[in-house]
Amino acid sequence: MQKAAARRPFPWHILVFLAPAVLIYSLFMVYPLINSLRLSFYHIGDQNQTSFVGLSNYVKLFTDPNFAPFFWNALVNNIVFFIIHMVVQNSIGLLLAALLASGGRGRAFYRSTLFMPTVLSVVIIGFIWQLILNPLWGVAKTMLGWVGLESLYRPWLGLESTALQVVSLISVWQFVGIPMILFYTALIGIPEELTEAARVDGAGGWQTFWRIKFPLILPTVGIVGILTFVGNFNAFDLIYTMKGANAGPNHATDIMGTLFYRVFYGQQLQLGDPSMGATVAAMMFLIILTGVLIYLFAFQRRVQTYEM
Amino acid sequence: MAQNIKHPTAHQAHWGYRLRQSLSAFAPHLVLFGYVLIALFPIYLIIMNSFKERAAIFGAPFQWPNQETFSLIGYETVIQRSNFLIYFKNSIVVTVSALVLTLLIGSMASYALAEYKFPGNTLLAIYLSIGIMIPIRLGTVGILRLMVSLKLVNTLTALILVYIAQALPLTIFILTQFMRQVPMELKDAARLDGASEYRIFWLVVPLVRPAIGAIGIFTMIPIWNDLWFPLVLSPSPQTATVTLGVQQFLGQFVSDWNAVLSSLTLAMVPILVFYFIFSKQMIKSITAGAIK
Repeated sequence: MQKAAARRPFPWHILVFLAPAVLIYSLFMVYPLINSLRLSFYHIGDQNQTSFVGLSNYVKLFTDPNFAPFFWNALVNNIVFFIIHMVVQNSIGLLLAALLASGGRGRAFYRSTLFMPTVLSVVIIGFIWQLILNPLWGVAKTMLGWVGLESLYRPWLGLESTALQVVSLISVWQFVGIPMILFYTALIGIPEELTEAARVDGAGGWQTFWRIKFPLILPTVGIVGILTFVGNFNAFDLIYTMKGANAGPNHATDIMGTLFYRVFYGQQLQLGDPSMGATVAAMMFLIILTGVLIYLFAFQRRVQTYEM
Repeated sequence: MAQNIKHPTAHQAHWGYRLRQSLSAFAPHLVLFGYVLIALFPIYLIIMNSFKERAAIFGAPFQWPNQETFSLIGYETVIQRSNFLIYFKNSIVVTVSALVLTLLIGSMASYALAEYKFPGNTLLAIYLSIGIMIPIRLGTVGILRLMVSLKLVNTLTALILVYIAQALPLTIFILTQFMRQVPMELKDAARLDGASEYRIFWLVVPLVRPAIGAIGIFTMIPIWNDLWFPLVLSPSPQTATVTLGVQQFLGQFVSDWNAVLSSLTLAMVPILVFYFIFSKQMIKSITAGAIK
Protein backbone atom coordinates (compact mmCIF):
# COMPACT_ATOMS: atom_id res chain seq x y z
CA MET A 1 0.00 0.00 0.00
CA GLN A 2 2.96 2.29 0.64
CA LYS A 3 4.26 1.53 -2.80
CA ALA A 4 0.93 2.26 -4.40
CA ALA A 5 0.95 5.68 -2.81
CA ALA A 6 4.59 6.38 -3.60
CA ARG A 7 4.31 5.54 -7.31
CA ARG A 8 1.99 8.43 -7.93
CA PRO A 9 3.44 11.94 -8.12
CA PHE A 10 1.05 13.35 -5.57
CA PRO A 11 -1.60 11.28 -3.77
CA TRP A 12 -4.54 13.58 -4.53
CA HIS A 13 -7.01 10.90 -3.48
CA ILE A 14 -5.78 11.06 0.14
CA LEU A 15 -6.50 14.77 0.13
CA VAL A 16 -9.93 14.23 -1.39
CA PHE A 17 -10.81 11.61 1.23
CA LEU A 18 -9.65 13.71 4.16
CA ALA A 19 -10.45 17.28 3.15
CA PRO A 20 -14.23 17.38 3.84
CA ALA A 21 -13.91 15.93 7.34
CA VAL A 22 -10.92 18.04 8.31
CA LEU A 23 -12.50 21.21 6.92
CA ILE A 24 -15.91 20.85 8.58
CA TYR A 25 -14.40 19.69 11.86
CA SER A 26 -11.84 22.48 11.93
CA LEU A 27 -14.20 25.23 10.83
CA PHE A 28 -17.25 24.37 12.94
CA MET A 29 -15.69 22.78 15.99
CA VAL A 30 -12.01 23.53 16.54
CA TYR A 31 -11.98 27.14 15.33
CA PRO A 32 -15.09 28.26 17.29
CA LEU A 33 -13.77 26.50 20.39
CA ILE A 34 -10.40 28.26 20.16
CA ASN A 35 -12.14 31.53 19.29
CA SER A 36 -14.37 31.19 22.36
CA LEU A 37 -11.35 30.62 24.57
CA ARG A 38 -9.66 33.65 22.97
CA LEU A 39 -12.72 35.85 23.50
CA SER A 40 -12.59 35.16 27.22
CA PHE A 41 -9.54 37.47 27.25
CA TYR A 42 -11.37 40.23 25.35
CA HIS A 43 -14.11 42.72 25.96
CA ILE A 44 -16.81 42.75 23.28
CA GLY A 45 -18.33 46.19 22.85
CA ASP A 46 -21.78 47.25 21.64
CA GLN A 47 -20.56 47.57 18.05
CA ASN A 48 -19.07 44.08 18.25
CA GLN A 49 -15.56 45.57 18.47
CA THR A 50 -13.15 43.59 20.61
CA SER A 51 -10.42 44.89 22.91
CA PHE A 52 -7.90 42.81 24.83
CA VAL A 53 -8.45 42.92 28.58
CA GLY A 54 -6.15 40.17 29.82
CA LEU A 55 -7.47 38.19 32.74
CA SER A 56 -9.97 40.77 33.91
CA ASN A 57 -13.01 38.71 32.78
CA TYR A 58 -11.78 35.89 34.99
CA VAL A 59 -11.16 38.27 37.90
CA LYS A 60 -14.71 39.55 37.40
CA LEU A 61 -16.11 36.01 37.34
CA PHE A 62 -14.36 35.11 40.59
CA THR A 63 -14.82 38.36 42.55
CA ASP A 64 -17.58 40.59 41.10
CA PRO A 65 -20.75 40.37 43.25
CA ASN A 66 -22.80 40.10 40.00
CA PHE A 67 -20.98 36.96 38.93
CA ALA A 68 -18.91 35.33 41.68
CA PRO A 69 -21.75 34.09 43.95
CA PHE A 70 -23.52 32.57 40.94
CA PHE A 71 -20.35 30.99 39.62
CA TRP A 72 -19.42 29.30 42.91
CA ASN A 73 -23.04 28.28 43.48
CA ALA A 74 -23.24 26.69 40.01
CA LEU A 75 -19.89 24.96 40.48
CA VAL A 76 -20.87 23.47 43.85
CA ASN A 77 -24.28 22.42 42.49
CA ASN A 78 -22.60 20.83 39.50
CA ILE A 79 -20.28 18.87 41.78
CA VAL A 80 -23.30 17.63 43.77
CA PHE A 81 -25.02 16.77 40.48
CA PHE A 82 -21.93 14.75 39.45
CA ILE A 83 -21.56 12.97 42.82
CA ILE A 84 -25.22 11.88 42.75
CA HIS A 85 -24.69 10.45 39.25
CA MET A 86 -21.50 8.66 40.23
CA VAL A 87 -22.99 7.14 43.38
CA VAL A 88 -26.58 6.43 42.38
CA GLN A 89 -26.59 6.08 38.60
CA ASN A 90 -23.40 4.08 38.27
CA SER A 91 -24.15 1.77 41.23
CA ILE A 92 -27.62 0.97 39.94
CA GLY A 93 -26.13 0.53 36.47
CA LEU A 94 -23.56 -1.90 37.84
CA LEU A 95 -26.19 -3.84 39.81
CA LEU A 96 -28.51 -4.15 36.80
CA ALA A 97 -25.59 -5.15 34.58
CA ALA A 98 -24.43 -7.81 37.03
CA LEU A 99 -27.94 -9.26 37.23
CA LEU A 100 -28.29 -9.21 33.45
CA ALA A 101 -24.90 -10.83 32.95
CA SER A 102 -25.72 -13.62 35.40
CA GLY A 103 -27.97 -15.04 32.70
CA GLY A 104 -31.54 -16.18 32.96
CA ARG A 105 -34.49 -15.77 30.63
CA GLY A 106 -35.73 -12.44 29.34
CA ARG A 107 -32.34 -10.77 29.10
CA ALA A 108 -33.04 -9.15 25.74
CA PHE A 109 -36.36 -7.81 27.04
CA TYR A 110 -34.80 -6.31 30.16
CA ARG A 111 -31.88 -4.81 28.24
CA SER A 112 -34.13 -3.09 25.71
CA THR A 113 -36.70 -1.77 28.16
CA LEU A 114 -34.18 -0.56 30.72
CA PHE A 115 -32.35 1.37 28.00
CA MET A 116 -35.53 3.00 26.66
CA PRO A 117 -35.65 6.22 28.75
CA THR A 118 -32.10 6.93 27.60
CA VAL A 119 -33.12 7.37 23.97
CA LEU A 120 -35.86 9.88 24.72
CA SER A 121 -35.21 13.60 24.63
CA VAL A 122 -34.27 15.23 27.93
CA VAL A 123 -37.00 17.79 27.27
CA ILE A 124 -39.66 15.08 27.24
CA ILE A 125 -38.25 13.38 30.33
CA GLY A 126 -38.11 16.69 32.17
CA PHE A 127 -41.75 17.47 31.45
CA ILE A 128 -42.93 13.94 32.26
CA TRP A 129 -41.41 14.14 35.72
CA GLN A 130 -42.57 17.67 36.25
CA LEU A 131 -46.13 16.48 35.67
CA ILE A 132 -45.74 13.40 37.85
CA LEU A 133 -44.27 15.34 40.76
CA ASN A 134 -46.77 18.19 40.31
CA PRO A 135 -48.97 18.58 43.42
CA LEU A 136 -51.85 19.61 41.12
CA TRP A 137 -51.98 16.20 39.49
CA GLY A 138 -51.08 14.44 42.72
CA VAL A 139 -49.88 11.26 41.02
CA ALA A 140 -46.68 11.05 43.08
CA LYS A 141 -48.62 11.54 46.29
CA THR A 142 -51.13 8.82 45.40
CA MET A 143 -48.34 6.39 44.52
CA LEU A 144 -46.56 7.04 47.80
CA GLY A 145 -49.92 6.37 49.43
CA TRP A 146 -49.94 2.85 47.91
CA VAL A 147 -46.99 1.98 50.15
CA GLY A 148 -48.28 4.02 53.08
CA LEU A 149 -45.77 6.84 52.72
CA GLU A 150 -48.17 9.57 51.64
CA SER A 151 -47.04 11.84 54.46
CA LEU A 152 -43.54 11.94 52.94
CA TYR A 153 -44.74 13.80 49.84
CA ARG A 154 -43.46 17.34 49.35
CA PRO A 155 -43.41 19.54 46.25
CA TRP A 156 -39.73 18.60 46.00
CA LEU A 157 -39.04 20.47 42.78
CA GLY A 158 -40.13 23.74 44.35
CA LEU A 159 -38.13 23.45 47.55
CA GLU A 160 -34.66 24.94 47.67
CA SER A 161 -33.43 22.13 49.89
CA THR A 162 -34.49 19.26 47.61
CA ALA A 163 -34.80 20.60 44.03
CA LEU A 164 -31.20 19.84 43.02
CA GLN A 165 -31.27 16.29 44.38
CA VAL A 166 -34.59 15.54 42.68
CA VAL A 167 -33.45 16.94 39.33
CA SER A 168 -30.25 14.89 39.62
CA LEU A 169 -32.23 11.73 40.36
CA ILE A 170 -34.46 12.34 37.34
CA SER A 171 -31.32 12.57 35.21
CA VAL A 172 -30.07 9.38 36.86
CA TRP A 173 -33.38 7.69 36.05
CA GLN A 174 -32.99 8.62 32.40
CA PHE A 175 -29.34 7.76 31.87
CA VAL A 176 -28.86 4.65 34.01
CA GLY A 177 -29.04 2.63 30.79
CA ILE A 178 -25.63 3.86 29.63
CA PRO A 179 -23.50 2.54 32.55
CA MET A 180 -25.72 -0.54 32.59
CA ILE A 181 -25.02 -1.45 28.99
CA LEU A 182 -21.30 -0.63 29.24
CA PHE A 183 -20.83 -2.67 32.43
CA TYR A 184 -22.91 -5.48 30.98
CA THR A 185 -20.74 -5.59 27.88
CA ALA A 186 -17.59 -5.73 29.97
CA LEU A 187 -18.98 -8.43 32.26
CA ILE A 188 -20.05 -10.81 29.50
CA GLY A 189 -16.60 -10.36 27.95
CA ILE A 190 -14.88 -11.99 30.93
CA PRO A 191 -13.66 -15.48 29.95
CA GLU A 192 -15.63 -18.17 31.75
CA GLU A 193 -12.49 -20.05 32.82
CA LEU A 194 -11.62 -17.25 35.23
CA THR A 195 -14.90 -17.27 37.12
CA GLU A 196 -15.12 -21.05 36.88
CA ALA A 197 -11.77 -21.40 38.64
CA ALA A 198 -12.99 -19.18 41.47
CA ARG A 199 -16.17 -21.21 41.84
CA VAL A 200 -14.18 -24.43 42.06
CA ASP A 201 -12.12 -22.83 44.82
CA GLY A 202 -15.36 -22.32 46.75
CA ALA A 203 -15.92 -18.59 46.22
CA GLY A 204 -19.56 -17.44 46.34
CA GLY A 205 -21.25 -15.24 43.77
CA TRP A 206 -20.65 -12.07 45.80
CA GLN A 207 -16.95 -12.87 46.29
CA THR A 208 -16.45 -13.87 42.66
CA PHE A 209 -17.95 -10.60 41.58
CA TRP A 210 -15.86 -8.27 43.74
CA ARG A 211 -12.58 -10.24 43.73
CA ILE A 212 -12.49 -11.41 40.12
CA LYS A 213 -15.00 -9.70 37.86
CA PHE A 214 -14.90 -6.15 39.23
CA PRO A 215 -11.09 -5.77 38.96
CA LEU A 216 -11.34 -7.05 35.40
CA ILE A 217 -13.89 -4.43 34.39
CA LEU A 218 -11.95 -1.53 35.97
CA PRO A 219 -11.20 -0.02 32.54
CA THR A 220 -14.95 0.21 31.96
CA VAL A 221 -15.41 1.78 35.41
CA GLY A 222 -12.95 4.46 34.27
CA ILE A 223 -14.78 5.02 30.99
CA VAL A 224 -18.16 5.26 32.74
CA GLY A 225 -16.63 7.69 35.23
CA ILE A 226 -15.20 10.02 32.61
CA LEU A 227 -18.35 9.86 30.45
CA THR A 228 -20.43 10.79 33.50
CA PHE A 229 -18.05 13.63 34.34
CA VAL A 230 -18.05 15.15 30.85
CA GLY A 231 -21.81 14.71 30.48
CA ASN A 232 -22.58 16.25 33.87
CA PHE A 233 -20.35 19.30 33.54
CA ASN A 234 -21.86 19.95 30.12
CA ALA A 235 -25.49 19.33 31.14
CA PHE A 236 -28.10 21.97 30.43
CA ASP A 237 -31.30 20.66 28.79
CA LEU A 238 -32.93 19.02 31.81
CA ILE A 239 -32.56 21.97 34.16
CA TYR A 240 -33.51 24.48 31.47
CA THR A 241 -36.63 22.44 30.70
CA MET A 242 -37.70 21.85 34.29
CA LYS A 243 -36.57 25.02 36.04
CA GLY A 244 -35.98 27.54 33.24
CA ALA A 245 -32.84 29.58 32.60
CA ASN A 246 -32.94 30.93 36.15
CA ALA A 247 -32.59 27.39 37.52
CA GLY A 248 -34.87 28.08 40.45
CA PRO A 249 -35.94 28.06 43.17
CA ASN A 250 -33.47 30.83 43.95
CA HIS A 251 -30.77 29.30 41.67
CA ALA A 252 -30.84 26.09 43.74
CA THR A 253 -30.55 23.95 40.59
CA ASP A 254 -28.13 26.22 38.71
CA ILE A 255 -25.24 24.33 37.12
CA MET A 256 -22.45 25.44 34.77
CA GLY A 257 -24.52 24.89 31.62
CA THR A 258 -27.46 27.03 32.77
CA LEU A 259 -25.10 29.69 34.13
CA PHE A 260 -23.34 29.80 30.76
CA TYR A 261 -26.65 30.23 28.94
CA ARG A 262 -27.82 32.96 31.31
CA VAL A 263 -24.59 34.93 31.22
CA PHE A 264 -24.29 34.61 27.45
CA TYR A 265 -27.91 35.48 26.64
CA GLY A 266 -28.86 37.61 29.59
CA GLN A 267 -31.91 37.19 31.77
CA GLN A 268 -34.87 39.39 32.48
CA LEU A 269 -33.38 42.88 32.96
CA GLN A 270 -29.73 41.98 32.53
CA LEU A 271 -28.28 42.05 29.02
CA GLY A 272 -26.35 39.14 27.62
CA ASP A 273 -22.57 39.35 27.75
CA PRO A 274 -20.71 37.30 25.09
CA SER A 275 -17.26 37.80 26.58
CA MET A 276 -18.37 36.77 30.07
CA GLY A 277 -20.24 33.87 28.46
CA ALA A 278 -17.01 32.86 26.76
CA THR A 279 -15.30 33.08 30.14
CA VAL A 280 -17.81 30.73 31.77
CA ALA A 281 -17.42 28.36 28.80
CA ALA A 282 -13.64 28.54 29.19
CA MET A 283 -13.99 27.52 32.85
CA MET A 284 -16.18 24.59 31.81
CA PHE A 285 -13.53 23.70 29.24
CA LEU A 286 -10.83 23.78 31.93
CA ILE A 287 -12.88 21.63 34.30
CA ILE A 288 -13.66 19.04 31.62
CA LEU A 289 -10.08 19.07 30.33
CA THR A 290 -8.77 18.50 33.87
CA GLY A 291 -11.11 15.55 34.28
CA VAL A 292 -10.11 14.03 30.95
CA LEU A 293 -6.39 14.47 31.69
CA ILE A 294 -6.75 12.91 35.14
CA TYR A 295 -8.53 10.00 33.52
CA LEU A 296 -5.94 9.60 30.75
CA PHE A 297 -2.85 9.87 32.91
CA ALA A 298 -3.80 8.58 36.33
CA PHE A 299 -6.61 6.12 35.79
CA GLN A 300 -5.60 4.55 32.51
CA ARG A 301 -1.97 4.14 33.60
CA ARG A 302 -2.98 2.48 36.87
CA VAL A 303 -5.25 0.10 35.07
CA GLN A 304 -2.50 -0.76 32.63
CA THR A 305 0.00 -1.57 35.37
CA TYR A 306 -2.69 -3.62 37.05
CA GLU A 307 -3.21 -5.63 33.89
CA MET A 308 0.50 -6.34 33.58
CA MET B 1 -16.69 -30.55 54.55
CA ALA B 2 -17.81 -27.64 56.67
CA GLN B 3 -20.89 -27.14 54.55
CA ASN B 4 -22.21 -30.60 55.37
CA ILE B 5 -22.14 -29.86 59.08
CA LYS B 6 -24.55 -26.99 58.58
CA HIS B 7 -27.17 -29.31 57.12
CA PRO B 8 -28.05 -31.96 59.70
CA THR B 9 -30.02 -34.25 57.42
CA ALA B 10 -29.82 -34.96 53.76
CA HIS B 11 -33.51 -34.18 53.42
CA GLN B 12 -33.16 -30.69 54.84
CA ALA B 13 -30.03 -30.05 52.84
CA HIS B 14 -31.93 -30.97 49.72
CA TRP B 15 -34.79 -28.61 50.50
CA GLY B 16 -32.47 -25.84 51.54
CA TYR B 17 -30.55 -26.24 48.33
CA ARG B 18 -33.72 -26.27 46.23
CA LEU B 19 -35.01 -23.18 47.99
CA ARG B 20 -31.75 -21.34 47.59
CA GLN B 21 -31.54 -22.36 43.95
CA SER B 22 -35.01 -21.12 43.10
CA LEU B 23 -34.51 -17.98 45.18
CA SER B 24 -31.25 -17.14 43.48
CA ALA B 25 -32.88 -17.77 40.11
CA PHE B 26 -35.87 -15.61 41.03
CA ALA B 27 -34.24 -12.69 42.83
CA PRO B 28 -32.56 -11.19 39.73
CA HIS B 29 -35.91 -11.25 37.93
CA LEU B 30 -37.56 -9.50 40.83
CA VAL B 31 -35.01 -6.69 40.84
CA LEU B 32 -34.87 -6.37 37.04
CA PHE B 33 -38.62 -6.46 36.63
CA GLY B 34 -39.02 -3.95 39.44
CA TYR B 35 -36.66 -1.63 37.67
CA VAL B 36 -38.48 -2.13 34.35
CA LEU B 37 -41.60 -0.83 36.09
CA ILE B 38 -39.69 2.19 37.38
CA ALA B 39 -38.32 2.84 33.88
CA LEU B 40 -41.57 2.42 31.97
CA PHE B 41 -44.35 3.51 34.29
CA PRO B 42 -43.85 7.28 33.93
CA ILE B 43 -43.83 6.98 30.13
CA TYR B 44 -46.88 4.72 30.17
CA LEU B 45 -48.75 7.10 32.48
CA ILE B 46 -48.25 10.06 30.14
CA ILE B 47 -49.23 8.23 26.96
CA MET B 48 -52.27 6.61 28.55
CA ASN B 49 -53.60 9.85 30.04
CA SER B 50 -53.14 11.73 26.78
CA PHE B 51 -56.20 9.86 25.47
CA LYS B 52 -58.47 10.99 28.27
CA GLU B 53 -60.60 14.03 28.96
CA ARG B 54 -59.42 16.56 31.50
CA ALA B 55 -61.67 15.46 34.35
CA ALA B 56 -60.48 11.87 34.03
CA ILE B 57 -56.82 12.87 33.88
CA PHE B 58 -57.18 14.42 37.31
CA GLY B 59 -59.92 12.25 38.74
CA ALA B 60 -58.56 8.81 37.85
CA PRO B 61 -55.02 9.18 36.53
CA PHE B 62 -54.26 5.45 36.82
CA GLN B 63 -57.33 4.28 34.96
CA TRP B 64 -57.25 3.11 31.36
CA PRO B 65 -59.41 5.37 29.15
CA ASN B 66 -62.93 4.00 28.66
CA GLN B 67 -65.86 5.05 26.48
CA GLU B 68 -66.79 7.91 28.78
CA THR B 69 -63.31 9.25 29.44
CA PHE B 70 -61.75 8.74 26.01
CA SER B 71 -60.93 12.03 24.28
CA LEU B 72 -58.62 13.31 21.58
CA ILE B 73 -59.11 16.97 22.46
CA GLY B 74 -55.42 17.35 23.37
CA TYR B 75 -54.30 16.12 19.98
CA GLU B 76 -56.73 18.47 18.26
CA THR B 77 -55.28 21.41 20.18
CA VAL B 78 -51.73 20.39 19.33
CA ILE B 79 -52.48 19.97 15.63
CA GLN B 80 -54.40 23.26 15.44
CA ARG B 81 -52.33 25.47 17.67
CA SER B 82 -48.77 24.36 17.03
CA ASN B 83 -46.58 23.89 14.02
CA PHE B 84 -45.88 20.28 14.81
CA LEU B 85 -45.77 19.25 11.17
CA ILE B 86 -43.16 21.93 10.42
CA TYR B 87 -41.15 20.87 13.48
CA PHE B 88 -41.24 17.25 12.35
CA LYS B 89 -40.18 18.19 8.86
CA ASN B 90 -37.30 20.32 10.23
CA SER B 91 -36.13 17.57 12.58
CA ILE B 92 -36.19 15.01 9.78
CA VAL B 93 -34.33 17.28 7.34
CA VAL B 94 -31.67 18.14 9.92
CA THR B 95 -31.22 14.63 11.29
CA VAL B 96 -31.17 12.82 7.95
CA SER B 97 -28.84 15.32 6.24
CA ALA B 98 -26.43 15.44 9.16
CA LEU B 99 -26.49 11.66 9.44
CA VAL B 100 -25.89 10.90 5.76
CA LEU B 101 -23.14 13.51 5.44
CA THR B 102 -21.44 12.43 8.67
CA LEU B 103 -21.37 8.81 7.57
CA LEU B 104 -20.12 9.67 4.08
CA ILE B 105 -17.47 12.19 5.12
CA GLY B 106 -16.54 10.12 8.16
CA SER B 107 -16.01 6.90 6.22
CA MET B 108 -13.92 8.73 3.60
CA ALA B 109 -11.64 10.13 6.28
CA SER B 110 -11.39 6.86 8.20
CA TYR B 111 -10.62 5.00 5.00
CA ALA B 112 -7.74 7.38 4.28
CA LEU B 113 -6.42 7.15 7.85
CA ALA B 114 -6.61 3.35 7.88
CA GLU B 115 -5.39 2.72 4.34
CA TYR B 116 -2.60 5.13 3.52
CA LYS B 117 0.65 5.86 5.26
CA PHE B 118 1.48 9.52 4.85
CA PRO B 119 3.40 11.99 6.96
CA GLY B 120 1.27 13.24 9.83
CA ASN B 121 -1.19 10.34 9.72
CA THR B 122 -1.08 9.66 13.47
CA LEU B 123 -1.09 13.35 14.31
CA LEU B 124 -4.16 13.91 12.16
CA ALA B 125 -5.93 10.97 13.79
CA ILE B 126 -5.22 12.47 17.23
CA TYR B 127 -6.35 15.92 16.07
CA LEU B 128 -9.63 14.48 14.80
CA SER B 129 -10.23 12.54 18.01
CA ILE B 130 -9.90 15.50 20.41
CA GLY B 131 -13.56 16.25 19.78
CA ILE B 132 -14.64 12.94 21.32
CA MET B 133 -14.06 14.25 24.81
CA ILE B 134 -14.49 18.03 24.43
CA PRO B 135 -18.16 18.93 24.01
CA ILE B 136 -18.82 21.18 21.02
CA ARG B 137 -21.26 23.18 23.17
CA LEU B 138 -18.31 24.92 24.86
CA GLY B 139 -17.56 26.66 21.56
CA THR B 140 -21.07 28.11 21.31
CA VAL B 141 -19.95 31.75 21.54
CA GLY B 142 -17.59 31.18 18.63
CA ILE B 143 -20.10 29.11 16.66
CA LEU B 144 -22.78 31.78 16.94
CA ARG B 145 -20.36 34.51 15.80
CA LEU B 146 -19.29 32.34 12.88
CA MET B 147 -22.89 31.61 11.87
CA VAL B 148 -23.74 35.32 12.11
CA SER B 149 -20.88 36.20 9.79
CA LEU B 150 -21.84 33.39 7.39
CA LYS B 151 -25.47 34.62 7.54
CA LEU B 152 -26.60 31.16 8.59
CA VAL B 153 -28.47 32.07 11.78
CA ASN B 154 -32.01 30.70 11.77
CA THR B 155 -31.27 28.22 9.02
CA LEU B 156 -31.29 24.45 9.17
CA THR B 157 -27.91 24.48 7.40
CA ALA B 158 -26.29 25.90 10.54
CA LEU B 159 -27.63 22.99 12.60
CA ILE B 160 -26.58 20.41 10.02
CA LEU B 161 -23.01 21.74 9.87
CA VAL B 162 -22.65 21.83 13.66
CA TYR B 163 -24.06 18.32 14.07
CA ILE B 164 -21.69 16.93 11.43
CA ALA B 165 -18.75 18.54 13.22
CA GLN B 166 -20.01 17.15 16.51
CA ALA B 167 -20.45 13.60 15.24
CA LEU B 168 -17.31 13.28 13.10
CA PRO B 169 -14.69 12.63 15.82
CA LEU B 170 -16.29 9.50 17.27
CA THR B 171 -17.41 8.28 13.83
CA ILE B 172 -13.88 8.53 12.45
CA PHE B 173 -12.32 7.01 15.58
CA ILE B 174 -14.52 3.91 15.46
CA LEU B 175 -14.67 3.48 11.68
CA THR B 176 -10.88 3.71 11.31
CA GLN B 177 -10.55 0.63 13.51
CA PHE B 178 -13.08 -1.27 11.43
CA MET B 179 -11.50 -0.16 8.14
CA ARG B 180 -8.15 -1.54 9.33
CA GLN B 181 -9.69 -5.00 9.63
CA VAL B 182 -10.69 -5.18 5.97
CA PRO B 183 -8.36 -7.76 4.38
CA MET B 184 -5.47 -6.38 2.32
CA GLU B 185 -5.86 -9.03 -0.41
CA LEU B 186 -9.17 -7.68 -1.54
CA LYS B 187 -7.86 -4.16 -2.06
CA ASP B 188 -4.64 -5.35 -3.69
CA ALA B 189 -6.59 -7.57 -6.07
CA ALA B 190 -8.74 -4.61 -7.06
CA ARG B 191 -5.63 -2.46 -7.56
CA LEU B 192 -4.11 -5.13 -9.82
CA ASP B 193 -7.32 -5.00 -11.84
CA GLY B 194 -6.65 -1.30 -12.31
CA ALA B 195 -9.41 0.01 -10.02
CA SER B 196 -9.01 3.60 -8.87
CA GLU B 197 -8.60 4.41 -5.18
CA TYR B 198 -12.14 5.85 -5.18
CA ARG B 199 -13.52 2.65 -6.63
CA ILE B 200 -11.72 0.64 -3.93
CA PHE B 201 -13.21 2.88 -1.25
CA TRP B 202 -16.70 2.00 -2.49
CA LEU B 203 -15.72 -1.69 -2.42
CA VAL B 204 -14.64 -1.39 1.21
CA VAL B 205 -17.66 0.57 2.51
CA PRO B 206 -20.16 -2.33 2.26
CA LEU B 207 -17.76 -4.49 4.25
CA VAL B 208 -17.99 -2.21 7.29
CA ARG B 209 -21.75 -1.74 6.93
CA PRO B 210 -22.62 -3.11 10.41
CA ALA B 211 -20.31 -0.56 12.02
CA ILE B 212 -21.73 2.24 9.89
CA GLY B 213 -25.25 1.20 10.88
CA ALA B 214 -24.44 1.21 14.58
CA ILE B 215 -22.72 4.58 14.40
CA GLY B 216 -25.68 5.90 12.44
CA ILE B 217 -28.14 4.96 15.16
CA PHE B 218 -25.99 6.46 17.88
CA THR B 219 -25.40 9.65 15.92
CA MET B 220 -29.05 10.09 15.16
CA ILE B 221 -30.53 10.03 18.65
CA PRO B 222 -28.57 12.96 20.19
CA ILE B 223 -29.17 15.07 17.07
CA TRP B 224 -32.92 14.45 17.13
CA ASN B 225 -33.05 15.12 20.88
CA ASP B 226 -30.79 18.18 21.04
CA LEU B 227 -32.23 21.33 22.55
CA TRP B 228 -29.16 23.55 22.86
CA PHE B 229 -28.25 24.31 19.25
CA PRO B 230 -31.81 24.77 17.95
CA LEU B 231 -32.31 27.17 20.87
CA VAL B 232 -29.11 29.09 20.15
CA LEU B 233 -28.75 28.91 16.37
CA SER B 234 -32.23 28.55 14.89
CA PRO B 235 -34.98 29.45 17.35
CA SER B 236 -37.37 30.92 14.75
CA PRO B 237 -40.75 29.17 14.40
CA GLN B 238 -39.90 28.20 10.81
CA THR B 239 -36.66 26.45 11.77
CA ALA B 240 -37.51 24.98 15.20
CA THR B 241 -37.01 21.24 15.57
CA VAL B 242 -39.40 18.91 17.39
CA THR B 243 -37.43 19.09 20.62
CA LEU B 244 -37.37 22.90 20.66
CA GLY B 245 -40.93 23.17 19.35
CA VAL B 246 -42.25 20.91 22.08
CA GLN B 247 -40.29 22.83 24.69
CA GLN B 248 -41.79 26.13 23.56
CA PHE B 249 -45.28 24.74 23.04
CA LEU B 250 -45.29 23.22 26.52
CA GLY B 251 -44.16 26.55 27.96
CA GLN B 252 -47.20 28.28 26.43
CA PHE B 253 -49.77 25.60 27.19
CA VAL B 254 -48.61 24.67 30.69
CA SER B 255 -52.16 24.75 32.06
CA ASP B 256 -53.78 22.81 29.20
CA TRP B 257 -53.04 19.32 30.44
CA ASN B 258 -54.64 17.58 27.48
CA ALA B 259 -52.43 19.48 25.08
CA VAL B 260 -49.32 18.95 27.22
CA LEU B 261 -49.81 15.18 27.48
CA SER B 262 -50.64 14.86 23.78
CA SER B 263 -47.66 16.86 22.61
CA LEU B 264 -45.36 14.82 24.85
CA THR B 265 -46.79 11.64 23.37
CA LEU B 266 -46.43 12.95 19.82
CA ALA B 267 -42.81 13.85 20.49
CA MET B 268 -42.04 10.47 22.02
CA VAL B 269 -43.68 8.24 19.44
CA PRO B 270 -41.22 8.59 16.53
CA ILE B 271 -38.20 7.86 18.72
CA LEU B 272 -39.95 4.96 20.46
CA VAL B 273 -40.98 3.42 17.14
CA PHE B 274 -37.46 3.84 15.86
CA TYR B 275 -36.13 2.31 19.06
CA PHE B 276 -38.47 -0.69 18.87
CA ILE B 277 -37.26 -1.40 15.35
CA PHE B 278 -33.56 -0.98 16.03
CA SER B 279 -33.06 -1.72 19.73
CA LYS B 280 -31.84 -5.26 19.11
CA GLN B 281 -29.22 -4.22 16.59
CA MET B 282 -28.33 -1.21 18.69
CA ILE B 283 -27.56 -3.14 21.84
CA LYS B 284 -26.00 -5.98 19.91
CA SER B 285 -23.65 -3.51 18.24
CA ILE B 286 -22.46 -2.09 21.56
CA THR B 287 -21.90 -5.50 23.05
CA ALA B 288 -20.22 -6.84 19.92
CA GLY B 289 -17.99 -3.77 19.58
CA ALA B 290 -16.74 -3.96 23.12
CA ILE B 291 -15.83 -7.64 23.07
CA LYS B 292 -13.51 -6.92 20.22
